[in-house]
Amino acid sequence: MKRHLPFVTAGVVALTALAGPLLCQTMRPSRVTIPGDQAASAKRPAESVHIRGNSNATVTLEEFGDFECPSCKNLATFLDQMVKEYHPRVRLIFRNFPLPMHQHARDAALAAEAAGLQGHYWEMHDMLYREQPVWSSSNDVRTLFISYAETLGLDLHQFKSDMESDKVRGHIEFDQARAKSLGVETAPSLFVGKREMDANDRNPEGVRRLVDEAVKAKSSASEKK
Amino acid sequence: MTVSRFRTILYLVAAIVALAGLADATYLSVQAFTGETLSCGGSPDCFRVLGSSYSKVGGIPVALVGALAYFSVFSLATFAAFGYARARILLIPIIVAMFLATLWFLYVQAFVLHAYCRYCLFSAALTFLLAGLVIAVPSSQER
Repeated sequence: MKRHLPFVTAGVVALTALAGPLLCQTMRPSRVTIPGDQAASAKRPAESVHIRGNSNATVTLEEFGDFECPSCKNLATFLDQMVKEYHPRVRLIFRNFPLPMHQHARDAALAAEAAGLQGHYWEMHDMLYREQPVWSSSNDVRTLFISYAETLGLDLHQFKSDMESDKVRGHIEFDQARAKSLGVETAPSLFVGKREMDANDRNPEGVRRLVDEAVKAKSSASEKK
Repeated sequence: MTVSRFRTILYLVAAIVALAGLADATYLSVQAFTGETLSCGGSPDCFRVLGSSYSKVGGIPVALVGALAYFSVFSLATFAAFGYARARILLIPIIVAMFLATLWFLYVQAFVLHAYCRYCLFSAALTFLLAGLVIAVPSSQER
């Protein structure tokens, strides 16, 4: 028995190392595409569209993000660079998609929307991601969010009141409804034009490739006109 | 404690260290294959390192090569602990290769990318530890 033990141990470890990744792969959500009549530019009463970059850009990146999600933070940093790099051809729309497993994600989304009502959405967006390690482990996030609002020079009374308002909640619910209509199940999710970021595209090269393809497609379409 | 017993313990420790390295490299391999370098423990630097062109060689993720290397070290160290002399001989060149690769990746992170991936640093620490363990194993005239 002792003679066979090293073989058995190596075999068990090899199987475990192979089974784990395969299990992850089978549990992956499937990819979806935005139908033609649901392009990102729609504007409805409850909708609050936050656009970064040229608002008339030909290519739209629509991101569904959760402020407490570390992956979303990485993507947000990268997309910020992309929008600058591809200016004025690319714009970014951020949609709130707070995941239920993140305790403070919804409060963070409320804070961002409340800041947005005072015209400082993206400043709060950037601050929330930058300070994510701090507030995500805090027991008193509201105080921290108020301190961020103060740093941004917002009207604090208004900010506190807006965070509790139906209007701000309505914005988040609208984003969530849109996510549902597109079959978004996780954050971050990104649509480049009508195409969703595939599992294989969830890295800088993949996102860049999608954006390049979309920009080229739009350029060639406008040349034909 | 006899020399033989001390050697066995060192090889068992090396197997455990290699197992930790295997877990780390397997995680990175999964991220590379699924393209999900975004998760990366929430670190933008990690995202930058794993998304760089240095993370692949000929289209193959270096993490996968690392996983195979750690698996080899784990298996050989286990066999060596059970007294297989050939396993001990094979273990040394693999660990030397891993050590040299680690130095290269540390250089790339520090001077080319100017970003550190915590999983890569963890792997580097494990490789250094493995190298130390192999050096510490007393020489023998074995079967």
